[in-house]
Amino acid sequence: MKLIISNISGIPIYEQIKQQIKSAIMSGDLQKDETLPSLRTLAKELKISVLTVTRAYTELEQEGFVQNVQGRGCFVLGQGSELLREQLLCKIENSLSEAISAARVADLSEEELHHLLSILMEEKTDE
Amino acid sequence: MNDYLEVKNLSKSFEGFRLHDITFTLPKGYIMGLIGPNGSGKTTTIKLILNMLKRTSGEVKILGFDNIANEQEAKRNLGVVFDSNYFSDEWKISQVEKSVSAFYENWNTQKFSETLKKFHIQPSKKVKELSKGMQMKLMLACAFSYDAKLLILDEPTSGLDPVSRDELLHILSEYIEDGEHSVLFSTHLTRDLERAADYITYIRYGELFFSGGKDEFLDLFRIVKGGREELTADLSKKMLGIRNFSTGFEALVKTEDLKQYAHLNAEPATIDDIVVFTSKRGEPYE
Repeated sequence: MKLIISNISGIPIYEQIKQQIKSAIMSGDLQKDETLPSLRTLAKELKISVLTVTRAYTELEQEGFVQNVQGRGCFVLGQGSELLREQLLCKIENSLSEAISAARVADLSEEELHHLLSILMEEKTDE
Repeated sequence: MNDYLEVKNLSKSFEGFRLHDITFTLPKGYIMGLIGPNGSGKTTTIKLILNMLKRTSGEVKILGFDNIANEQEAKRNLGVVFDSNYFSDEWKISQVEKSVSAFYENWNTQKFSETLKKFHIQPSKKVKELSKGMQMKLMLACAFSYDAKLLILDEPTSGLDPVSRDELLHILSEYIEDGEHSVLFSTHLTRDLERAADYITYIRYGELFFSGGKDEFLDLFRIVKGGREELTADLSKKMLGIRNFSTGFEALVKTEDLKQYAHLNAEPATIDDIVVFTSKRGEPYE
């Protein structure tokens, strides 16, 4: 698994760790029952505070992605990727609902909205 | 034993300076940075912990042992690194080992020579032939050879080049990796702490300003920036420190007050920002 910390992104370091572990779970890079790197080793290697890594791992556990087993390490839970997908779906639905509301206010037809979506998707694929 | 260092209501009065009511705790397995501008009481605090100065009042416990009543037990577990080394310049490394090891029953000769090798210190050299960074590593090698549980370093990075500073931080994170060792580290080069420290204790003008988790400390403050006309008298009263310049201003504010500054650009503060802005005694500086 790749973990890289940026000092200038403005995103807190614990958040960066969380995001990267989540995407590793999503992409299958981290499989069910695999262990995360030991907390203290990771802190040493990334030259960051032990408490920062602890916070990232604790929050990942609270969100249901991993389970911390005392003395044995932090395990990836099986439903991690489904959970993440669920969260993402929820986010997509919310954003789309917002777009639909805005389209109504702007008096945009359903067709025009679909068209706009296709254009934006094309632009994204080009990137 | 979960707290390796407990400092409670520590006070000391000198002519013209007073260290007042300092309280903090360093748990086992972590690095704590002791910060503050020069003359704020960092070294006095460390000297009081080491019983090199007599405290006026308060309490210090090192691995549970009182630093005065049980000084021997307390110091058996303690390693100390000062800005300048405390060995005789003319000593060879072997003489350093001989004199230091005499004080520690559990001195491990093999560990000492392994550590020297790891730090690239030639045992045949004299202390004065070592660079500043090497002398510091020699002090660390000694502490590791009697398995000191708590390391106290006073301004260890101030005379070091960036490479040696990075090495030192790496050595310290390795030292605490097993969760059985702790480090108290005073410095005014706060960049060194920005990443590696777990806890921050900030002493300002002899008083404790903050002691707790580093991330928590950084979360308490934000920097806001704006044009001069955006700085009203009402707002400036609430700010912890302001720097005015011809095209605008920068100020340190409490994160909890951020709503009142919604019209300004806010960004995270560094440890340096916090120390600089809070050390001006409220006066704007030019």
